Amino acid sequence: MRKIYHRIIQISGNVITVEAENVANGELAEVKSDRGTSLAQVIRLDKGRVFLQVFAGSRGISTDSEVRFLGRPMRVSGSEALLGRIFTGNGSPRDKGPSLEENMLDIGGPSVNPANRIIPRTMIRTGLPMIDIFNTLVESQKLPIFSVAGEPYNELLARVAMQAEVDMIVLGGMGLKHDDYLYFKETLDSHGALSRTIMFIHTAADPIVECLLVPDLALAVAEYFATEKSKRVLVLLTDMTNFCDALKEIAITMEQIPSNRGYPGDLYSQLAARYEKAVDFETAGSITILAVTTMPGDDVTHPVPDNTGYITEGQFYLVNGRIEPFGSLSRLKQQVNSETRADHRALMDNMIRLYAEFKEALEKQSMGFRMSDWDQKLLKYGALFEKRMMDLSVNIPLEEALNLGWKTMAECFQPAETGIKTDLVKQFWPKDKG
Amino acid sequence: MSENSLGGKVTGVNGNMVSVAFTDRVTQNEVAYVVTGDKARLKSEVIRVRGREADIQVFESTAGVKIGDDVEFTGQMLSVELGPGLLQQVYDGLQNPLPELARQAGYFLKRGLYVYPLDREKAWDYTPVAKVGDTLRAGDTVGTVPEGIFTHRIMLPFAWDGEWKITWAIGAGSHPITTVVAKASNGAEEREITMVQTWPVKIPITSYQEKLLPREPLVTQVRIIDTFFPVAKGGAFCTPGPFGAGKTVLQHSLSQRSEVDIVIVAACGERAGEVVEILREFPHLEDPRTGRHLIDRTIIICNTSSMPVAAREASIYTSVTLAEYYRQMGLSVLLLADSTSRWAQALREVSGRLEEIPGEEAFPAYLESLVASFYERAGLVLLNDGNQGSITICGAVSPAGGNFEEPVTQATLKVVGSFLALSRDRANARRYPAIHPLDSWSKYNSLVAQDKVQEARAMLRAGHEVDQMMKVVGEEGTPTSDFVTYLKSEFIDSVYLQQNTFDKVDSSCGAKRQEYVFDKLLGVLRKSFNFPGKNEARAYFQHLRQRFLDWNYAAWESEAFQEAEAKIDEMLASQA
Repeated sequence: MRKIYHRIIQISGNVITVEAENVANGELAEVKSDRGTSLAQVIRLDKGRVFLQVFAGSRGISTDSEVRFLGRPMRVSGSEALLGRIFTGNGSPRDKGPSLEENMLDIGGPSVNPANRIIPRTMIRTGLPMIDIFNTLVESQKLPIFSVAGEPYNELLARVAMQAEVDMIVLGGMGLKHDDYLYFKETLDSHGALSRTIMFIHTAADPIVECLLVPDLALAVAEYFATEKSKRVLVLLTDMTNFCDALKEIAITMEQIPSNRGYPGDLYSQLAARYEKAVDFETAGSITILAVTTMPGDDVTHPVPDNTGYITEGQFYLVNGRIEPFGSLSRLKQQVNSETRADHRALMDNMIRLYAEFKEALEKQSMGFRMSDWDQKLLKYGALFEKRMMDLSVNIPLEEALNLGWKTMAECFQPAETGIKTDLVKQFWPKDKG
Repeated sequence: MSENSLGGKVTGVNGNMVSVAFTDRVTQNEVAYVVTGDKARLKSEVIRVRGREADIQVFESTAGVKIGDDVEFTGQMLSVELGPGLLQQVYDGLQNPLPELARQAGYFLKRGLYVYPLDREKAWDYTPVAKVGDTLRAGDTVGTVPEGIFTHRIMLPFAWDGEWKITWAIGAGSHPITTVVAKASNGAEEREITMVQTWPVKIPITSYQEKLLPREPLVTQVRIIDTFFPVAKGGAFCTPGPFGAGKTVLQHSLSQRSEVDIVIVAACGERAGEVVEILREFPHLEDPRTGRHLIDRTIIICNTSSMPVAAREASIYTSVTLAEYYRQMGLSVLLLADSTSRWAQALREVSGRLEEIPGEEAFPAYLESLVASFYERAGLVLLNDGNQGSITICGAVSPAGGNFEEPVTQATLKVVGSFLALSRDRANARRYPAIHPLDSWSKYNSLVAQDKVQEARAMLRAGHEVDQMMKVVGEEGTPTSDFVTYLKSEFIDSVYLQQNTFDKVDSSCGAKRQEYVFDKLLGVLRKSFNFPGKNEARAYFQHLRQRFLDWNYAAWESEAFQEAEAKIDEMLASQA
């Protein structure tokens, strides 16, 4: 039986300080107050003083509340029984199911040895043309969705969760509105995708410290399934800006010197430690991360999206309910899109180029300039492109989406106007239009 | 731990910073080990001493460290091993070979696992150079071993002061690196020399006569660099840019095509995925200069973003020390550090934990002097034996928000000789490499005569001004002569400044070819044209551009090259 401590000497923000002995850095403790019992984690040791971050917050903790150290770090169960289950940010069940104690894994484990990484090689099909054709998602990729409040980023994540060709989904929700949590649950359930999903949900009403644990819990579980069960795991995280804000809150409480707009100096390292968990194991499964980052004030130079952009392999901009063709980028698409179909790259480049020309024509039109025949063709093309290719509520296989691209071009242009190589035109241009 | 050895006890843990009450003495920057309850020994470095308490930064996660845990001090500063077998290696920031760690620990990095940087078993064909009775100074050659295409010199350890007389030397033969190959005496004591020596990473190796002014251009085969913003062998340059501007692609291009002997790639706090490409591809890519594989001239230091941050700080020093070692053999070394901003952030994290008074954006006040002393380890030196060796440093900088006003970029600009500003606008316009032709600068000598380069730059500036004006008055309001100036500047951009790194031919533009093509380009710029109108002018330049691009894609001095050139000449001749 471990010793119980009763003398809390400091309570500041969500961090309490007790005088205790033989305590390890990172170890968990149980803090019992009149409000109930909460877990807490050791974040700093200074001589006899132990600083603990209380998961449920420090409200209601009194100077004589009970602190009992557990002698182990934060853990999560690694087992098949997790599938279909929903947990909170501290790892306890949010659904009515039993709590799991089997095969407990430490969270926030070490980094993958770079020498063990391989060059990404497998595309993840999502059934969304804007992703599959133009910014292909690749196994082991880490990709953020840059967006602003009000955009349907959670709807997009839910759709990807239902349609993506992976073995399983781990969803980490941080600061999620309760409505959004229910939306995820109901949508995945009604599409039968819940059984291949594990959720760690921290809602906006939950204690802020638990928000910090969500990515680590989700990624530890993902790592278990990827390495032990050779699963191809897609981890969906929303919203990483809330995670960063939680980091900021704790850092300020601990009186750390802030670096940029109040965020701690190690923001980059903290984000990288999570995103770099994305990996493809040569002889096992893989982890792919798709994460929402809302940009405060729609400002991409804000520290959160800025640091994220330096870490991730590209980004999707979600603007007006669409994945913006300009600025959105999958850095890994070149690794896979030469092997999908012969026309993939040419179609991708030329459709985007024509869409850019459409945007110019649109600008001319709005300024009242006379529209040439070419401009008229572009206007028609642009409207069709937005309707067919940019719709985020569809589920079309890549090949069909490519065919749809050819159909759209054929309805608007002559083959020579598209700038596509002759041999591809011969092979793919719809016969009834050519 | 025995009672009388140097040691201490942990008194505090704050992130990767551990406070230790020591019993006897400590040295600033010496290596210490924290021994945790489960007997893991965590490598650390002393970074501050106050009273009887030392603050050490731990190169690993400090989870599980307790108050009262033992700390062992080694008395040695953080050092690297220098000897044959460094080439082709993939090290972490503390010089642990990553493939060997993978073999021992599997997929994940294991805390407290350290292995020898150099293979203790492998035998090298040793040839003695120094004879019994010879007098040597630090850095002088004792013997040699072949390492790939290089003659690797075994040198009198750099740390040995004064003159040493060889008292014994081994004969030629095959030996592992730890074999004693010679003994030497300075009159007071006799020491043994092996093929491996150690050197503290934070102290520059200075076993040379003097530093020389770097003059000779380092050919990178990137046109915009070699012609417009050149780099000298022994110089320092930086490539700052926002994310997505192509820093890493540029660094990869430099690592593959630069005409130097040795390339050291320091992946410091960046994506692991980027290193993987080098790791997996270099063993297969041919080095066109030697016909061997690129990996044979490369060392990779890889401390990526999710690896411990204190080791990231060390990785920059580790890589520059390895560079200095090969420089001592009279070789030219290129050190690519991607990214120095991550290194600076590591310094900031440490400084924050030490609760130092912060400078701008919370970077430590000594950031500038540390950045300066890093870049000053570049240089062209005259070695004791009369040969020259050089280190060229290229630092990638990742400014927050892409804003060059931030402290790391500014500190770097003060100490580099060439500034290659990567621009998001150029990257968005797919103008690669996205080095901005008006914002960048260089103080080094170009492959091409300076006045010719100035002429082209003047044209670029003039074209830019016309472009700005056209945005206001429109194309209609611009005189045709100005419009031609604009077309000429765009022409320089599209056929010379832009270069396709993914094309086999266009990616490598050698020195001779650059001089030749530049003269042709200059011919176009100097030529006066009489176009009836702007449409004709635009059509002419579009056509000329196409022919020039075809020329760029034709192999140097091939038949296709001559044919393409003839077509250009024909077009130019048609415009009298």
